[in-house]
Amino acid sequence: MTGSGPHLRAGSEPHLPAGSGPDPTTGATAEAAGGSVRAQVPVRRPSGTARAAALRLALMALPVAFFAAFFAYPVAAIVGRGLREGGHWHLGRIGDVLGDPGIRHVLWFTCWQAAASTALTLAVALPGAYVFARLDFPGKRLLRAVVTVPFVLPTVVAGSAFLALLGQNGLTDDLFGLRLGTSVWAILAAHVFFNYAVVVRTVGGLWAQLDPRQEEAARMLGAGRLEAWRRVTLPALGPSVAAAALMVFLFTFTSFGVVQILGGPTYSTLEVEIYRQTAELLDLPTAAVLTLVQLAAVGAILAVHGWTVRRGEASLRLVDGATTAHRPRGGERALLAAVLAVIALLILLPLGVLAARSLDAPGGYGFGYYRALGAQDSSGTFLVPPLETIWNSLRYAAVATVIALAIGGLAAAALVRRAGRLMRGFDALLMLPLGTSAVTVGFGFLITLDKPPLDLRDSWLLVPLAQALVGVPFVVRVMLPVLRAVDHRLREAAAVLGASPARVWREVDLPFVGRALGIAAGFAFAVSLGEFGATVFIARPDSPTLPVAVARLLGRAGGVNYGQAMALSTILMLVCAASLLVLEAPALRRGTHRGADLTGEL
Amino acid sequence: MKNKRRIHGRALGALVLGTIAATTLAACGGGGGSSAAGGTGGTNGGSGSKTVTLVSHDSFAASKQVLAEFTKESGYTVKVLRGGDAGAAVNQAILTKDHPRGDAFFGVDNTLLSRALDNGLFDPYTAKGLDQIPADVQLDAAAHRVTPIDSGDVCVNYDRAYFTAHKLAPPQTFADLTKPQYKNLLVTENVATSSPGLAFMLGSVDTFGDQGWPDYWKKLKDNGVQVVDSWEQAYNERFSGSAAGKQAKGDRPLVVSYASSPPAEVVGVTPQPAQSPVGVSTGTCFRQIEFAGLLHGAKNPAGAKALIDFMISKTFQQDMPLQMYVDPVRRNTPEPPVFTKYGAKVDHPATLPPATIAAHRDDWVKTWTSTVL
Amino acid sequence: MTAVTGTELLRLEGAAVRFGARTALDAVDLTVAAHEIVCVLGPSGSGKSTLLRAVAGLQPLDAGRVLLDGADQAGVPAHRRGVGLMFQDHQLFPQRDVGGNVAFGLRMHKVPRDRREPAVAALLDLVGLPGAQRRAVAELSGGEQQRVALARALAPEPRLVMLDEPLGQLDRSLRDRLVVELRRLFGQLGTTVLAVTHDQAEAFALADRVVVMREGRIAQSGPPLDVWQRPASEFVARFLGFDNITEATVAAGHAVTAWGSLPVPDGTPEGPCHILVRPAGVLLRPPGDGLPCEVTGRTFRGGRVALLLHPDRGPALEAECALRDAPAEGARVTVAFAAEDVVVLPGEPAGSAEPDAMEAPTAGR
Repeated sequence: MTGSGPHLRAGSEPHLPAGSGPDPTTGATAEAAGGSVRAQVPVRRPSGTARAAALRLALMALPVAFFAAFFAYPVAAIVGRGLREGGHWHLGRIGDVLGDPGIRHVLWFTCWQAAASTALTLAVALPGAYVFARLDFPGKRLLRAVVTVPFVLPTVVAGSAFLALLGQNGLTDDLFGLRLGTSVWAILAAHVFFNYAVVVRTVGGLWAQLDPRQEEAARMLGAGRLEAWRRVTLPALGPSVAAAALMVFLFTFTSFGVVQILGGPTYSTLEVEIYRQTAELLDLPTAAVLTLVQLAAVGAILAVHGWTVRRGEASLRLVDGATTAHRPRGGERALLAAVLAVIALLILLPLGVLAARSLDAPGGYGFGYYRALGAQDSSGTFLVPPLETIWNSLRYAAVATVIALAIGGLAAAALVRRAGRLMRGFDALLMLPLGTSAVTVGFGFLITLDKPPLDLRDSWLLVPLAQALVGVPFVVRVMLPVLRAVDHRLREAAAVLGASPARVWREVDLPFVGRALGIAAGFAFAVSLGEFGATVFIARPDSPTLPVAVARLLGRAGGVNYGQAMALSTILMLVCAASLLVLEAPALRRGTHRGADLTGEL
Repeated sequence: MKNKRRIHGRALGALVLGTIAATTLAACGGGGGSSAAGGTGGTNGGSGSKTVTLVSHDSFAASKQVLAEFTKESGYTVKVLRGGDAGAAVNQAILTKDHPRGDAFFGVDNTLLSRALDNGLFDPYTAKGLDQIPADVQLDAAAHRVTPIDSGDVCVNYDRAYFTAHKLAPPQTFADLTKPQYKNLLVTENVATSSPGLAFMLGSVDTFGDQGWPDYWKKLKDNGVQVVDSWEQAYNERFSGSAAGKQAKGDRPLVVSYASSPPAEVVGVTPQPAQSPVGVSTGTCFRQIEFAGLLHGAKNPAGAKALIDFMISKTFQQDMPLQMYVDPVRRNTPEPPVFTKYGAKVDHPATLPPATIAAHRDDWVKTWTSTVL
Repeated sequence: MTAVTGTELLRLEGAAVRFGARTALDAVDLTVAAHEIVCVLGPSGSGKSTLLRAVAGLQPLDAGRVLLDGADQAGVPAHRRGVGLMFQDHQLFPQRDVGGNVAFGLRMHKVPRDRREPAVAALLDLVGLPGAQRRAVAELSGGEQQRVALARALAPEPRLVMLDEPLGQLDRSLRDRLVVELRRLFGQLGTTVLAVTHDQAEAFALADRVVVMREGRIAQSGPPLDVWQRPASEFVARFLGFDNITEATVAAGHAVTAWGSLPVPDGTPEGPCHILVRPAGVLLRPPGDGLPCEVTGRTFRGGRVALLLHPDRGPALEAECALRDAPAEGARVTVAFAAEDVVVLPGEPAGSAEPDAMEAPTAGR
């Protein structure tokens, strides 16, 4: 009918723009896009317009200021204190420290245990990711919250619970004569325990949303079940597996409590060494070099992570995660049973041991230790009864959550439109606190936040600020993919119908991100609740948080103290699980469509 | 136009309201506990202020009534800042010495004392009532930069039930521990990461001398000594005599702990047993002495001095044992019954001069690590 | 052509938008009168959507002005321009039902609930979806979504309704039906409409006036019939689907072309030019009398047949004939040309005269 005849002088018209291809510089070329999944290919507005750039800068201002003041400045100051003497930088120290065979041994151990832990975690947790993504079974939601509890528990608590499982006379010893306490194996197993949820949530989140019909199409073309999975699903999951692996690597690379408690004195990671050099030996030059090494390593991990995440954002065909799960059939029942058994052994059992010990009062099983928590402490461990520490913790965590949501939300909003290298750097900067020693941050606070207008050293605010530093990355990770999934033209549609920018946010974005916001808040809250490292180094007016109280109780002789520590730990565990469960509840689920579940980046 | 304003206003209002709510919520908790005034909101108190700030480690404790009594006597309210263990607290104080966070510091012990003094952390002050304190604990008697407050002994503890059941006499001295009948019974702590671990090693240095102590540790190692990273693990997980260790099915009847552990084990236990399940090998002790000092650059030196005076007063000294499980340094301070009934008397603990510790500490830790680990 | 009152509602003056090195809108001047239906026609990437977005305030201008009712819209954000925009893939709010979508603009304009509900009901009646308020948008068919999107755009009674490929995702028969419905509806409501499409049939059926765009510029503007009959350039001609175009030299009432000498209308200026012969003007003759050709293809269109001819000299030709007269494929025929269907195209700079194969509207691709 129209001019596509062979005599058209194709090639004589080189400069008519190709209209149907996505042009990285423009947003207005999607006219012929047809039925592609819009949510995954948000139309970008031209990045050059001054107003958009100004808005992004304004959104970034607060997060950047926050990180500059409460992270970059303190860490730089403490590193500078170590490497600068008499106005000169002593960079020769770097060579000296790195040449020390002891330090080299630490570096080597740090790397290989992280690699081994990551491999083991993936092996154990990937089947779990499948089960949580694709199978329906009673209690799934509760179990999903429960497996996340270890991730947010302070290691003082979880470490000792874990020892009960693998340690001397622990369960594996009783059953199989297997003693893993204070060995590399215990470290690796505990790392799986802590990071199981990272893999299940990151990979499982995406897996649930992969269209199962893609695999079905492959099978119609003659691929076997496994073949179809390997050829279709695995490549789609690849980037998210890589992202999860890098997160696990990051967390295990910077592992502190687990290595200290379970590794015994012969094993030391970079993080432990930084702690020792700073808090015990006050060898700031060595600590500074190690901090720089760790920052460089973490920066590299984050760069690779960012790269894999961006690669993974390539348009996948995604569907509502709620629709892809099905009742287990055939071999899947065995898989489900196996995964449940692993969870029971690896996660429920240690947590259960904790709870059991808290109930094992001298007068027989009961709530004796819990009652002791409420009473004014006869042995005087606290100036406030331990129960009051729960209230303290909740308040600190609430403030930390508000800060983390504000900073993380603004940062996520600024990062919604993928942009240049600068923004990516900002993205990575937000993640750095996850890989920085708490003692570095805590000591950095001390020597920097001592002058007006930031004279915060003695302020209660330091605790939630330090906690928020750890919470922000989670808020950003959870919010970003959801915000990115909101089709920008939906916002435009609302604007054309008369909605102001604030109203657009409320009417279009909020319904989409509401649930993600809840999940982000839940994570930030639980992480703040369990945050121990920085909190314990921040000398503060006497309002011990729950983990600090547990640590104090554990540090004292006597059955009552120990029992109370177990009782408090159990309460902490329950509060963490409850806050995850409540905030993840699909209350805002009604009709929120796809996007509401896109929280897989972690 | 109107439309936009209103929505803006509403959203902003909600945000402000939320922030205020959260802030007040936390502010109410922020000051709680030690300072009666509560919400002084981070002001350190200038000279003439009625608040005196005590910087300490996480284990510092004093009962409310005692602190209230100080306020009544001196007119000062105490605000306590705590952070980290003893080592971390001292190091933090050193880091902030140009701009101290408080007026007085409590919690530097004899193993850390030289580091604190060499860094000029404290101003000299001769406390009132120092005459009531024995000279052997006044380790800075010449300059009076620090005042001893309490002492505690790090000793091997034993599981009474185990030794009764095995009809075995518990070890009494350092040398006993290398005997074959105690093979595979002792658990101790890493000297690099644990304060009692370090103290126990220092005790062996004092006992066997600069040349002899590594050999002693070789023998201990051959005799199956187990090393863990922290006191918590040693005492709560591996020691069979403690209540926690019993739950954790601890397998070591000997542990490096404190002379005050036996009374701690019976506090809060009803009915009170005839004796503590834990005993002390009194010939294996190393004495730790904790000091307080007037921080150089304090904003309220008068308050700090009053507080230090108070800390060696009878009132505070009497309160201390049950608060921090330490022994008072003041002569003739009555001890609580639970201490006199269940505690152990340590007559000749090992000690080392702080300067010696400071000079050799790093080398000793390295030697120990290469010998034992 | 109907109902043009002359009151100017929209005016673009030298409007320009650039994306990096590419110019999406290049100094566009355009006016739309009140109650007029204007259709912007052009291939993908010609800047049509950018034009709508610029008017809506979603796309800032790099140069030029947009005036609505004579007022410059610079600095006026999208939500205060009082124009409606129907997106090409509708962009219904997935979390709201049909009623919620239609009522959205009314809520934004503070219309009280008791007036919103009847208005929504009336609009749904108007677009042929009575009582659909509580239906979820995900359950709707493409045609129904299109109707909801239209009702939503119309609800706040915008002074100008803009439609971006309004029927783009629907099948042919539904489009043909809806385009008639739309025109009747807009006539009824007296709405001012600025629509963009790449489908000329849709544009010609809907519009009072057609604007053909190319590379961000307006190539031709006028009533549908005028544009159809007298394409202003080879580009427009080819875009409208005319392929019988060749170079010519006009002299003495005839054009000399590769096909031979063709009659041209009176008054045609002399000299080199391009000429177009509409397929209806390519007449089949008995052999011997005119240009000999071979029939290489036949396409059936209702009662008529389009023939693809391969002439002995010159480029391929398209001819049209009645079904019963259609020669078989491979047959030899001779053609002559009717002067009234020969259109002389104004000269264009060489080398930029044709859309390339990717850009021409290729329905069915």
